[in-house]
Amino acid sequence: MPTTDRPPANTAQQFLDMQASPEFQELRTRLRRFVFPMTAIFLVWYATYVLLGAFAHDFMATAVFGNVNVGLLIGLGQFVSTFVITGLYVRFANRELDPRAAAIRAEMEGTER
Amino acid sequence: MTVLAATETVGNPLANIGIFALFVVITLFVVIKASKKNQTADQFFTGGRSFSGPQNGIAIAGDYLSAASFLGIAGAIAVYGYDGFLYSIGFLVAWLVALLLVAELLRNTGRFTMADVLSFRLKQRPVRMAAATSTLTVSLFYLLAQMAGAGGLVALLLDIKSKSGQSIVIAVVGILMIVYVLVGGMKGTTWVQIIKAVLLIAGAAIMTVMVLAKFGLNFSEILGSAQTAISGSTDKAVAARDVLAPGAQYGGSVTSQINFLSLALALVLGTAGLPHVLMRFYTVPTAKEARRSVVWAIALIGAFYLFTLVLGYGAAALVGPDRILAAAGGQNSAAPLLAFELGGVILLGVISAVAFATILAVVAGLTITASASFAHDVYASVLKSHQVTEDEQVRVSRITAVVLGVLAIGLGILANGQNIAFLVALAFAIAAAANLPTIVYSLYWKRFNTRGALWSMYGGLISTLVLIVFSPAVSGAKTAMIPGVDFAWFPLANPGIVSIPLAFVLGIIGTVTSKVPGDPTLDAEMEVRSLTGVGAEKAVAH
Repeated sequence: MPTTDRPPANTAQQFLDMQASPEFQELRTRLRRFVFPMTAIFLVWYATYVLLGAFAHDFMATAVFGNVNVGLLIGLGQFVSTFVITGLYVRFANRELDPRAAAIRAEMEGTER
Repeated sequence: MTVLAATETVGNPLANIGIFALFVVITLFVVIKASKKNQTADQFFTGGRSFSGPQNGIAIAGDYLSAASFLGIAGAIAVYGYDGFLYSIGFLVAWLVALLLVAELLRNTGRFTMADVLSFRLKQRPVRMAAATSTLTVSLFYLLAQMAGAGGLVALLLDIKSKSGQSIVIAVVGILMIVYVLVGGMKGTTWVQIIKAVLLIAGAAIMTVMVLAKFGLNFSEILGSAQTAISGSTDKAVAARDVLAPGAQYGGSVTSQINFLSLALALVLGTAGLPHVLMRFYTVPTAKEARRSVVWAIALIGAFYLFTLVLGYGAAALVGPDRILAAAGGQNSAAPLLAFELGGVILLGVISAVAFATILAVVAGLTITASASFAHDVYASVLKSHQVTEDEQVRVSRITAVVLGVLAIGLGILANGQNIAFLVALAFAIAAAANLPTIVYSLYWKRFNTRGALWSMYGGLISTLVLIVFSPAVSGAKTAMIPGVDFAWFPLANPGIVSIPLAFVLGIIGTVTSKVPGDPTLDAEMEVRSLTGVGAEKAVAH
């Protein structure tokens, strides 16, 4: 009597069939096509910032206006990019992922009873 | 950390204690109220999965914005300027890893702990054991950092300078934490996080507005005054710093620059591997709510770090580096001193109480995570082969919480005076090396197998710990943990730049060299469940 892992409500075959189905593959591809490039983008942008911060002190100290310099603007840019990517992902997930996931869920949990 | 003769009496210790006591009374009341339904494992470990996304997002912010974030970052900006700001950026950007790659899939697949997901399609026992080991290690270092911070904080805020007096305060923090966890479970702990997060962010916001008002809402002028104040320091090394550009703290040599890169890597990849952050995703009913949680957390944490930027430079400008460095608690005292400067005894009392509440809430969150992992992964799965009732898991978890609490009190007293930021950075480095590679591989890489997981987790954990032991952080430097001896051969204080890539590579090598084929049906079940939420744990109906 395993108490930590409940037996799945669906059979193994149902999961295999679903994994192979075009609608699941579509969901999977869409998720990966958004998430992987976006992760690469923010990691590269963060790495650029960190490398500039570590090795390009003079460039970062270039004054832009008043006492505000390039370093501060790029740093604040990291905040902006984080907020923007968050917003883009939420919009994407609400439009593209949620309806597809809900349809598959309905199909699998509906066939059960 | 040498405590210089504390020339400054800051505020009124009685007021500080009073406001903190009020916080404890209110939160205890909430915890007891929340504990009415705390019988099943689902309720104890996840609060019945009944928190909304925004509630959980606020609680995540409460969990994440530790004393090191608040006092440490504001202090680092006040004294080193720009380099302190770099910390906060790593801590924030890291949330994108959690949002894009981990949060929703984890919520859909797991039940109580990180190991639920990691062991889903691999061999249960060894993988759970490895995941629990790294969970306990990360939690212990993080716990230690918070407890050590509590000692420094009392020195400043309650005017308790003797080590024995500080030890008593550390013990009180530990005992309160045990009570919160035992009585409140995940639900009570979550409410403590929520209350604390609201107080902390509101307090920081009020101080930020006051600082901005003093400078006519001109941020550039704050920067200018901060630089002027730093240049006017009586300490020549401090006065020479350019606090508006990077390099004041990490610019000294190539080693310190690489050290900085290493830290930056650990910060950005560590967050999504912190077990107490991951466990928070189980407190919401669906993956969509987990997503909303992260969005709220990113908004609140981002706003908070923008406040600390103003507060740090504001403290440099208004309090000045000499007073900050001379105060008991050194640079960690920048934010409290600024509060006193701006709002006198009352504001200082509020900020002090919030800082204490921060430590209390964070340690409670860590303890429930670690004790859940021990009860659910080690006790129920590894030792008892799943032949335990859920009630027994809860009982074991409660006992573990008490043991951990006592351990944390003892170690916290020993670690009193250690560098908090270093201990936190270490916890992040272990999380990034030991946990994140396996989390990502098991969610996205079909071929990933048990050997890959074990090599990656143990390899990341052991390499991080070994490199730390032989780093200048432990021996061979003036600021080392064990001064006087020198057995350091690894030049960096933060091992992330070596151990994190190593753990990722070990995961790949372990996987491709293993001849044991994966189970295609488990793989199908995990992938379908993780992406769609089929069969995911539902909220407990009340």
